[in-house]
Amino acid sequence: MAANFHDQGRLPAAFLRPGSSSFLDFLSDYAPERLPGGRSLPPVEGPVETVHGTTIVAATFSGGVVLAGDRRATMGNMIAQRDVEKVFPADEFSAVGIAGTAGIAVELVRLFQLELEHFEKVEGHALSLEGKANRLSTMIRGNLGMALQGLAVVPMFAGYDVERQRGRIFSYDVTGGRSEELGFAAVGSGSIFARGSLKKLHRDDLGEEQATTAVVQALYDAADDDSATGGPDLARRIFPIVAVITEDGYRRLTEDEVSGIARAVHEARLQLPNGPQAPVL
Amino acid sequence: MSTPFYVSPQQAMADRAEYARKGIARGRGLVVLQYADGIVFVAENPSRALHKVSEIYDRIAFAATGKYNEYESLRIGGTRYADLRGYTYDREDVTARGLANLYAQTLGNIFSSGAEKPYEVELLVAEVGESPAEDEIYRLPHDGSIIDEHGSVAVGGNSDQIGSYLGQRHRDDMDLGEALRLAVESLGRDSGGNDRTLTADQLEVALLDRKRPQQRKFKRLLGRQLAELLDGAGTPAPAEGGGEEAAESGAAPDEGAAGAEDGSKD
Repeated sequence: MAANFHDQGRLPAAFLRPGSSSFLDFLSDYAPERLPGGRSLPPVEGPVETVHGTTIVAATFSGGVVLAGDRRATMGNMIAQRDVEKVFPADEFSAVGIAGTAGIAVELVRLFQLELEHFEKVEGHALSLEGKANRLSTMIRGNLGMALQGLAVVPMFAGYDVERQRGRIFSYDVTGGRSEELGFAAVGSGSIFARGSLKKLHRDDLGEEQATTAVVQALYDAADDDSATGGPDLARRIFPIVAVITEDGYRRLTEDEVSGIARAVHEARLQLPNGPQAPVL
Repeated sequence: MSTPFYVSPQQAMADRAEYARKGIARGRGLVVLQYADGIVFVAENPSRALHKVSEIYDRIAFAATGKYNEYESLRIGGTRYADLRGYTYDREDVTARGLANLYAQTLGNIFSSGAEKPYEVELLVAEVGESPAEDEIYRLPHDGSIIDEHGSVAVGGNSDQIGSYLGQRHRDDMDLGEALRLAVESLGRDSGGNDRTLTADQLEVALLDRKRPQQRKFKRLLGRQLAELLDGAGTPAPAEGGGEEAAESGAAPDEGAAGAEDGSKD
């Protein structure tokens, strides 16, 4: 097999060939069967039963951006896992959250992380935020064949743009179509409810604490109305994953910090089940 | 029509070795020292962009002297190998030993095949461990031999003299400032026995710092931070957290990125 790089005992010519700084390009050239979208699948009847991850939300605040995800993975109407992770650091200044087929999503994230790291090592400096967002687009497009068989992956990409000195959010569709979102965004089955919630709560001048609280409120609303989204599980101490990216880089909130926010939100919901109210006019 | 001369295999190999050694000796020196918290690489290199020392993987760095285009292609090959291996198996399965073996095979193959000119490079592959005893440093000369080193190593021009100077003065438990100043002193000694004083902007300095909280232990020392350590004023431990040194040098955050899978711990 081409990918057996020990067969000659030395670096194969492909490794020493000058060329792209992209790991993705190298892999597509050298061992295309290892790409997430590089496998040919046999035809199947009806949808494939796989594990799905659901709701991811993001919101900007002055000085950065916050990306958060619930913890539930479902298979059909079953809860497959209660503490799944769907928000990952992509590199020092960006993060990716993924809704859709869990297995492929995790593989895609690993490859994306590696793509950014590889470029940085080869070139000696990191890609621009725009460049990172475009690389992710290419990778989603590579998965289109599987998406059409029902194995779709829909990511959300958020990062701190060091050049422009602000947080930015990018959302995608299954074909790799990319769009920058202003202020806030959500993907996944609970996204309709989360987006409605953030629409009422989000303002441009939010601070970091307010923004993290707003995304937890949005996830609470998504879990309230969408059966595939999990709310904070106070009994098992499973709380959403909340990642904050500022000019200091990526930071995942600790369990204590998130549980503080989640408990405060939950307490308030015991009084007002529909959450904070915005004025009618 | 001319008759080809007979050249004995011994003579052919000796010629090739001499050719490569001469090429390497023209380059400036590079030293690697173990210090209490890791491994420090110091090269005399006035260029800000063309590096002699680079990150390969989480705990592994690469340093080279000789012909830039030749070691650059080996560096990129090594990065591709490490990233592919980490992606195929796990990040833990990428080791300096594996990489050094691969380089040794590659250089050895090129050196002994008559078809290619021998590479004029000398490589170092180092991996920082949990303690100084677990650090690994491999030196790879042009002919593909492999030497397991400990403590301090010098390669490139004038390396014998620099190496013996280092050997007499180096200790494994030096702090970063001490090790760095010793390295710079040794690089400044030329073959005539005269001392030159090298300043921060003539040096390229990088670390594998086992105390670094990120999964990726490689870090470049730049600008003010480097100058302060060279001055020896209190030898402050390098500040963590990225921001300031990157901002100061105007460089992209190339030494900052948190280990991709590990960011959750930060």
